Amino acid sequence: MFDAAMIETILLTLELAAVTTVVLLVIGVPLAWWLARSKAWGKEIVAVIVSLPIVLPPTVLGFYLLIAMGPHSPFTALIGQTLPFTFAGLVVGSTLYSLPFVVNPIRNAFEAMGERHWEAAATLRAGPLDAFFNVALPLASPGILTGAILGFAHTMGEFGVVLMIGGSIPGETKVLSIAIFEFVETLEWGKAHVLAGAMLVLSFAVILAMRLIETRFKSDLS
Amino acid sequence: MIEARFSGQQGSFRLDADFTAPSQGVTALFGPSGCGKTTVLRCVAGLIRFEHGKLVIDGEVWQSENRFVPVHRRALGYVFQEASLFPHLSVRGNLEFGQRRVTARAHTIGFDDVVDLLGIDRLFDRPTAHLSGGERQRVAIGRALLSQPRLLLMDEPLSALDRTGREEILPYLERLNSALSIPVLYVSHDIGEIERLADTLVIMEHGTVRAAGPIAELLADPSLPMVRMPEPAAVLDGRVQDFDSEYGIAKVDVPGGTLLVAGNIGPPGTVRRLRIAASDVSLSREVVTDTTILNAVPVLIDSVEPLGDTQMTVLLKLGADGRGAPLLSRVSRLSWNRLCFQPGESVVAQIKAVVLAKA
Repeated sequence: MFDAAMIETILLTLELAAVTTVVLLVIGVPLAWWLARSKAWGKEIVAVIVSLPIVLPPTVLGFYLLIAMGPHSPFTALIGQTLPFTFAGLVVGSTLYSLPFVVNPIRNAFEAMGERHWEAAATLRAGPLDAFFNVALPLASPGILTGAILGFAHTMGEFGVVLMIGGSIPGETKVLSIAIFEFVETLEWGKAHVLAGAMLVLSFAVILAMRLIETRFKSDLS
Repeated sequence: MIEARFSGQQGSFRLDADFTAPSQGVTALFGPSGCGKTTVLRCVAGLIRFEHGKLVIDGEVWQSENRFVPVHRRALGYVFQEASLFPHLSVRGNLEFGQRRVTARAHTIGFDDVVDLLGIDRLFDRPTAHLSGGERQRVAIGRALLSQPRLLLMDEPLSALDRTGREEILPYLERLNSALSIPVLYVSHDIGEIERLADTLVIMEHGTVRAAGPIAELLADPSLPMVRMPEPAAVLDGRVQDFDSEYGIAKVDVPGGTLLVAGNIGPPGTVRRLRIAASDVSLSREVVTDTTILNAVPVLIDSVEPLGDTQMTVLLKLGADGRGAPLLSRVSRLSWNRLCFQPGESVVAQIKAVVLAKA
């Protein structure tokens, strides 16, 4: 049913989703913490920027990314290499694109935690870092898990951004959604069915898993 | 000695509180809601910081104009109104949270002692979500104690509980104070709790300290709001002298006299806190002999304060010379005027009921 090229595409997609999710968590958890706790005036502006990909057409985001990653941009000068049409470029694009889906649930979880547990931890000799890792993170873990799953799933299904900055290089940037698009364009309906069906089943499984985990966590914590 | 002074503005609230408290026993911060008592407690903990502040605990400076020790470096325990147990940890995990963060050398309060004292050994395996309100608060108190505090702060720890829960906790709090020699700052607006628990009282009003001192003196101070409460009472600490087992009556020495108290309230030598409601004290010139009232003691009328149109609150001092403990009496204005009592006069107080304030 799956030929070698299809398997390569599926593995690449999973790899992209996994790497992106890790990057998203590394960036997203501290960012969500800052948004939840800071009293800084400008934080809502940052929150809006983070949330932009929810409403922005992916092609618009991809277009700007393409320009930002172009050979003459300061960003390229800074990192010393051009990212378009590379796996690394896809990771950067996917991270920006999926950031709100990770940051928002984690921020909500931190906010729902309230001040009280944080204060209790401090009165029990836990310094800020200690309290963050041993109280805040465990209490926010359902939100972090939700964010991770959403980020993973969202990256799996991404099309517009990849199309703009990734192209379709097999083994490097050719992900599932691009492959399905190409199969349809070349009228290979059978192959499109296989991949589309696989995506459908996977998406269903991801959302089901998320619900189950959330329900369990909530009953554990309340 | 605890020296505390905090002042500054936060929103529309102005705080200007200044008091000292002994570094033993329970000091209650008392006042109506909104008077700033919880704010003061949070300042002591370092959870909030006012513009100006000074806090010295037994010579150790926690806050001054150029020093502010962060909360987690202060050797304190804090019990919140709500137990605030960590839901991701078991009962045992909660109890050990603070203890594990203090070096073993500094451990003076043992795990087993706290568990015994609070009766929480049967709760270990239960998830915190399955505890009753009273049980949660007991675990929270244990958790605070095990962080080896030099000062225990309690912010209305009983207010979130129903009557049963409160009655369940109070004996533990009383036991705790006698078993451990940690000073406690206790915020409450419930005078009943304070009569049972406090040794020192700090009365707050509109963000300032109205008065501070030993509870027996302040409860019977006519210039303070306590005497105008619906059921004022005096408390006095007495030492059991003797017990008449035939009638079940204990003889208790109090400053300026001896009182008879029903019940075996402890072996001779035990110190017990007694509570005498003002409405249970009546006055007469002569000793009335044919009465069922057991306690008739000489007192000196110190001062008198009218209460509305019909009643008078009389401050008495035990002993004919008035050198003993203060006592309150509430009498009708009619009888006060009929008998022409005067401050400075020695009379006889008949006390209908002397009860144990601390169980």
